[in-house]
Amino acid sequence: MSRPTAFIKHSLNWTRWLRTARADARRGPVLTTRHIYILPTRAGAIYGTIIIAMLLGSINYSLSLGFVLTFLLAALGIVCMLHTWRNLAWLEVSHCQASPVFAGKDAALEVRLKESSGRMRHAIYASCESCLQPQSTDVPPRQSGTITLIYPTTRRGWSEPGRLTLFTVFPLGLLQAWSYADTDCRVLVYPRPAASGSSHATSTDQAGKGSRDSLLGDQDFAGLRHYRPGDSPRRIDWKASSREQGMYSKHFQGEPVSSAWLDWHETKGTDGEERICQLVRWVMEAHQGGGRYGLRLPQLTLAADRGEAHYHRCLQALALMELPT
Amino acid sequence: MSVTRHALRNFTPQRHDVIWLLLSLLAVWGLHIAHLPLWINGLMALIFGWRWLIESRSWSLPRMPVLLPLTLLGIAGIVASFDGLFGRDASVALLTLMLGLKLLESRTSRDFMLVIFIAYFLTVNAFLFGQSMLVAAGMLIPVTGLTAALIGLQKPQAASDQGLQLRLALTLLGQAIPLMLVLFVLFPRLPGPLWGVPKDSYKSMTGLSDRMRPGDISELSLSGATAFRVSFAGAPPMPSQLYWRGPVFGYFDGREWRADARAAYLPRESLSVRGEPVRYSVTLEPHNQPWMLVLDMPSQLPEGALASPDLQILAREPVRTRIRYEGVSHLEYTLADQLSPVAERYLLQLPQQGNPKARTLAEQWRAQLPDHQAIVEAALRIFRQQDFYYTLTPPPLGANSIDDFLFNSRRGFCEHYAGSFAFLMRAAGIPARVVTGYQGGELNPVGEYMIVRQSDAHAWTEVWLPHRGWVRVDPTAAVSPSRIEAGIASAISETASLPLLARRDYPMLRKLYLNWDAINNGWNQWVLGYNQQKQAELLSRIFGASFPLSLLTALFIAVTALALGLISWVLLRDKTTRDPLQQVYTRFLRKMARAGLQQAPEEGAQDFSRRAQQQLPMQAAKIAAITALYLQLRYGRPSAASLQMLKRQIRNL
Repeated sequence: MSRPTAFIKHSLNWTRWLRTARADARRGPVLTTRHIYILPTRAGAIYGTIIIAMLLGSINYSLSLGFVLTFLLAALGIVCMLHTWRNLAWLEVSHCQASPVFAGKDAALEVRLKESSGRMRHAIYASCESCLQPQSTDVPPRQSGTITLIYPTTRRGWSEPGRLTLFTVFPLGLLQAWSYADTDCRVLVYPRPAASGSSHATSTDQAGKGSRDSLLGDQDFAGLRHYRPGDSPRRIDWKASSREQGMYSKHFQGEPVSSAWLDWHETKGTDGEERICQLVRWVMEAHQGGGRYGLRLPQLTLAADRGEAHYHRCLQALALMELPT
Repeated sequence: MSVTRHALRNFTPQRHDVIWLLLSLLAVWGLHIAHLPLWINGLMALIFGWRWLIESRSWSLPRMPVLLPLTLLGIAGIVASFDGLFGRDASVALLTLMLGLKLLESRTSRDFMLVIFIAYFLTVNAFLFGQSMLVAAGMLIPVTGLTAALIGLQKPQAASDQGLQLRLALTLLGQAIPLMLVLFVLFPRLPGPLWGVPKDSYKSMTGLSDRMRPGDISELSLSGATAFRVSFAGAPPMPSQLYWRGPVFGYFDGREWRADARAAYLPRESLSVRGEPVRYSVTLEPHNQPWMLVLDMPSQLPEGALASPDLQILAREPVRTRIRYEGVSHLEYTLADQLSPVAERYLLQLPQQGNPKARTLAEQWRAQLPDHQAIVEAALRIFRQQDFYYTLTPPPLGANSIDDFLFNSRRGFCEHYAGSFAFLMRAAGIPARVVTGYQGGELNPVGEYMIVRQSDAHAWTEVWLPHRGWVRVDPTAAVSPSRIEAGIASAISETASLPLLARRDYPMLRKLYLNWDAINNGWNQWVLGYNQQKQAELLSRIFGASFPLSLLTALFIAVTALALGLISWVLLRDKTTRDPLQQVYTRFLRKMARAGLQQAPEEGAQDFSRRAQQQLPMQAAKIAAITALYLQLRYGRPSAASLQMLKRQIRNL
């Protein structure tokens, strides 16, 4: 799409002029009366058309009971409007979070809604601009309900889904009440790992800090374990894998004994993003291997360590890394 | 619109949604089953069964190659059954069929919703066939069912509570009813029709016809349906004076009496009245003919009515809805003291041939008897003295029907007597005509009004005598005086063939019936008959006669807004602030905030208390006590006394 049409489309998107509920010091965004909008759905428009047809028919045939039913259905629509509105009103978006994912994978946004009016809330939907599909939940009185939204990611770094849309068509589906809520929801997107071919081992410079495979060579073979993503292809026991079902990789006793340094300057290529991807692959492999590893980036050095927390710290550093110019 | 673009409502309905839909559609079909042709009912039963099998056996829905021929065949069937696709019966049949076929191809919740909307529309069509209280009550079942089905479709989560759907549907409808009443009473009413009404819409209406053949009125007498109801301003006249004037027939073709086109161009007959007027108001059931029944002889024209030269009172349009009008009549009158030669010629018309015996008899009277009065007496004497029978089931008559009746069968109903009497009079040179209408009526003590039924249908004659004008002569009275004095039930021996409610042999049943009729009358007057005129009447009763109708729209909007505001207030109050415990605890939090301590969003009451106790060691004991009391009130057994205690403690903090 060219830039002018995008600009026009953006300007014509009237919903951005609508109010958005925001969090305050004590609570998450609360969908108060000022934040709820309501419009008929397509089904509501059909319902309205049918009521008008019924009204004209009743006038034409002087059907008193026709008037009764027409007005009953019209009143039902009006009452439904209040119920739809009330189904959404005063909900609080108490919580919104997502675990980090690799770029290209889908993040799961967990949106928690808190009910404090003592009413059952039925079929509350949440969606966001770039989420895949609205999802819904029921919120029992004075309790919480959780909606998990699928949020596709493309680029590394912090990704913000933007304002959430909360909406409902319950009870009759004739009207849709909706609200926007600004949450502090953001997803940490790790860079996409490079293809497993670009293992650290293939690009080692043997001098100095040493690379992982040189360490592994000294270890005693301890047995086979199921292949895990990130295992080096060098360690895959191809014979065993063809004999048995599934993939196996060799596992070495006592490994690793010393730490490996994963260095920005060891990555190949000219494209900075590509190089980050290679580092991610190395971090994954090092983590899989279970050894200690450190990460050395142009602006940041993470001391060698092991474990989940360290792994995520490294990935976060890579996700947020600024490319040297 | 960007907020609704999501395809969220297109999921596959669950088993219970299908059950709800099928059951409520069965109820809608139930409203129509009596007036749909057998083959459509059979087809609908098949479709319902099929749709259920699709659901229960997980069959696939029929595709276009099945549905299209089925649709075309259905339409062809309707065209064949009803001679076309237009008209009330055909369109209702078509709508029913379309609903069934749409049901067969409904897969998603959106399809289901469309089916429900069509079903709502089909429900309102049931009122074209009848608007009794029973139908009104019957309507509530499908409407509740359809609404519950609609609610079920909005919940994608599995295992939704069945009771909830029904409860919520009843709640919504219950809350809609007050608003509906406001709309019904105040919505500005327009006089219909806006466009043409299919002719067959009224074909089931019974009433007096525009012609009279032997057997017509006796057939009508078999109907127990109400023709009209009358309430008199004063005491009702004697039963023998209750002649309700309907169509007047001045032309005889040898077989049937009818009004000739010439009748409308005759000079208007003059009416002079004596005595006190009888004032009454009539609520006339629709009968698809223009006659407005009035008491003989109407001295004032009801509003909006026309009068023919021979004083039939006619509406401008065939009466197709229940109408109400005020009548004024005089029981003593002189109608047409002069008869123009044109009128006389018309009123002496007889076919060239036929009925020779009757003609001969009339000629004899004309030759032998001194005046017209004597001829009338002579004719009535025949009916009185020879063995004529008054019966609902007379034998069929031959080609010379008058001769056959007078000289052979001598069994007949009022139309036989009136027709043959008028024939004899004309043959004897006396201008005569047949008047049809109703005779008598039953007073309902419950509602203090009179019910006139189709079984009271009657025919009599008027003869024109010099200086006296038109004189009503009822030959039936000569044969069976009790018919006129006490009604049809006392005059007919074979009462079994009369409608149950025209008979006199079940007093309890009659009493029940009269009560029921009084309720029905109220229903007719206030619900079914609520139109522009009634609306104006009601408003002037509430706001005084000077209420301008132009303000109706404003009033309507104001009251609707008021009702809406009231319902909104009940529904939309924010109950979050109504939790008293939370209010008290918030006071505590505010006090703490002033001391520089904010409760963090994720922090529970206990954690906050621990932090606060550390930060404010001076108040630690009080903070601990308040928090303990708060937690006990929140999660333990609540009581007003300890809430007061909590309030006090917070105040002392």
